[in-house]
Amino acid sequence: MANQALPQPRLKGPQPVAKQEVKKHLNPLLKSSDGVFADRVFGWLILGCALVVLAILGLIVWQLVSRSQPSWHAFGWKFFGAQDWDPVNDQYGALPFIYGTLVSSLLALIIAVPLAVGVAVFTTEMCPKWLRGPLSFTTELLAAIPSVIYGLWAIFVLVPILRSYVQPFLAKSLGWTGLFSGPPYGIGMLAAGIILAIMIIPIISSIAREVLSVVPQHQREAALALGATRWEMIRMAVLRNARAGIVGGVILGLGRALGETMAVTMVIGNRPEIAKSLFAPGYTMASVLANEFSEAAGDLYLSALIEIGLALFLVTIIVNALARFMVWSVTRGQPARARA
Amino acid sequence: MPDTTPTPAVLQISAWRRLKDHTATAFAIATVVIVLTPLVAIFGYLVYKGIGSINVAFLTQIPKPPGEVGGGMANAIAGSVLILAIASLLGVPLGIGAGIYLAEYGRNRFGDTIRFVSDVLNGVPSIVIGIVAYAIVVLRQKHFSALAGGVALAIMMVPTITRTTEEMLLLVPNALREAAYGLGVSRWRTTLSIVLRTATSGIITGVMLAFARVAGETAPLLFTAFGNQYWNWKLDQPTAALPLQIFTYAISPYDDWHRQAWAGALVLIILIVSAVAAVRFAVRRGTLGGVA
Repeated sequence: MANQALPQPRLKGPQPVAKQEVKKHLNPLLKSSDGVFADRVFGWLILGCALVVLAILGLIVWQLVSRSQPSWHAFGWKFFGAQDWDPVNDQYGALPFIYGTLVSSLLALIIAVPLAVGVAVFTTEMCPKWLRGPLSFTTELLAAIPSVIYGLWAIFVLVPILRSYVQPFLAKSLGWTGLFSGPPYGIGMLAAGIILAIMIIPIISSIAREVLSVVPQHQREAALALGATRWEMIRMAVLRNARAGIVGGVILGLGRALGETMAVTMVIGNRPEIAKSLFAPGYTMASVLANEFSEAAGDLYLSALIEIGLALFLVTIIVNALARFMVWSVTRGQPARARA
Repeated sequence: MPDTTPTPAVLQISAWRRLKDHTATAFAIATVVIVLTPLVAIFGYLVYKGIGSINVAFLTQIPKPPGEVGGGMANAIAGSVLILAIASLLGVPLGIGAGIYLAEYGRNRFGDTIRFVSDVLNGVPSIVIGIVAYAIVVLRQKHFSALAGGVALAIMMVPTITRTTEEMLLLVPNALREAAYGLGVSRWRTTLSIVLRTATSGIITGVMLAFARVAGETAPLLFTAFGNQYWNWKLDQPTAALPLQIFTYAISPYDDWHRQAWAGALVLIILIVSAVAAVRFAVRRGTLGGVA
C-alpha cells in the first residue's frame, strides 16, 4: 500500500489533530484491556440474563403447581374424568374441555397434514425456481396474522359459509355416520377444527419444506436413474428419508393447535358438553381459561381453572419436546435452511 | 406410426404409473391452491372491510357506550403502544443478554439446558403465560394493569430473541474476535463493540420477529391488561389494547362494533407491518455490512 511509505498515517488529513482523533477512538477499547474486573462483571451480567430464562420456566411451573393445589386436593385425579363444570355448586370436572381440545386439534391435523405436506412437496420438488421464493413467503405470511384476526374472519366469513353450504351438504351425504348431524349452527367443533387447520398449515409446511430440502440430492438422482417417475422418486427417495422430520413438524403443529386460544374461542360455541356430532358446540381448555378466568370468583373456581392451565402446559411441553427431537434427528448436522 | 427403435423394456413407464405420477402432481398443485385461498380471502376481506371502516373518529375518539354508533379505538391503539413498550423494555435486553451468553459462553452442559428451556418456553401456550403474569403481578397489585400485560408479553418475547440472537452471533467469524483479542481488547469489549456490532442487523430482525409475534397477542392480555373504555397512561391501571378491543367488538351483537373490529384489525396489521418495515429500513441504512 502506498500509505506505508508515508511517515505518518493519513487518517483525516495531515493536521496534528489527527493523532488525537486516532487516540480518541482507540482509547476506550484499549483502556479496558486490563479490565479483568469489568470482564467478570460482564460475565455475571450475561449469566444473569441466561438464568432469568431458566427462572421464567421455574416461575411458570411453581405458580401453576402451587396455585392449583386447592383444586387438586378437592378432586384429585377425578378432576380429569368428571364431566360437570358447575361454578355455582363448586363442582369442577375438566373432561369436556380436554375432549374439546383433543377433538378440535385432531380435526385440524386431519385437514392440515395432507395439505401442508402437499405444499411442501410442491415447493421443493415440483415448482419452478422463480416461484419457490414467493410461495414460501406467502405461506409464511399466513403465520404472521394474529390469532384474533383469524377469529374475526372465521366469525364473519367462514361460519356463514359453513352454515349455509358446507354443513347441509355434509349432513345430507355423511349424516348417517353421526359425525355430521344436528342443526347446522355454523359455530361449533367443525368451524374450530377448520380455522385451526388454516393456522397450523404454515408451521407444518415450513418444517416439512426444511426437512425435504436436506434429503441428499443423490438419493433423488439414484431413484430417477433407476427409471422411477417423479412421484415414485418423491415417495421412495424423498418422503421416506424425511419421514421422521415431517412427523416432527406435524407434532409441532399439534402443539400449536392444542394451545391456540382466541380463534377457537370465537367460533367453537363455548358449551362444556361432549357431543358426537362435529356440528355441536364444544369448549376447549384454552378457551375456558380465556372466557372464565377474569371472572372467576372463589378460590376453588380459580384454582380449578389454573389446574386446567397446568394440564395444558404439561401436554404442550411433552408434545413440543417430542417434535423438536424428531425434527432434530433429521436435520442434525445440516445447517438450517441450507437449500431454502 | 410403427416405432422403429423400441424403448428397452426397463425404461418403459406403464400408463398406470404415468397416471399416478400425473395424479400426484395435480394433487400437489391443488393443495397449493387450497392453502392460498384462505390467505387471499383473509387479506382481501380484511382490506375491503377495514378500509371502508377506518375514519378520523375511529383513530381519535374513545369507545362510545355499548350500542351507540360512532366512537373509536384511539385509547386502545395508545394502550397497545404502551404495553408493547413495557414488554420491549423488559424482554429485549434480557433476550439479547441470554443470547450473548449462549453464543459466547454457552458451549457447555448449562448452555444446552438454557437452549432447551428457551425452546420449551417458545411452545408454552400464550394463555398459560397470561395466568402466570396474573399470578405474579395482578394478584400482588390487586388489580389489572398495563404492567402485567407488558410482563406477559415480555415473557413471550425472551425465548424467541434469545435463540435468534445466538444464531446471529454464531454467524460472526471467529477471526474478528481473535483480531480484537490480539489487539489487547478485553472480552466484554470485544463482545459488545465487535461481535454484537457486527451482528446488529440480524439481531434487530430477530427482535422485530418477536415483536410482531406478541403485538397481535390477545390471550395473555385478557386477564392482565384487561381492557379499558377510557384513556389510561398509568402503568398500574387496566389498559385497553387493540387486539383485546377487536375481540370484544367481534363477539358483540352490535353492527357498528363489528365494523370497528374490522377497522381495528386492519390498523393492527398495518402497525405490525410498518413497525417491522421501519426498523428493517433503518437498519439497512445504518449498518449495511452487518450479518444476514
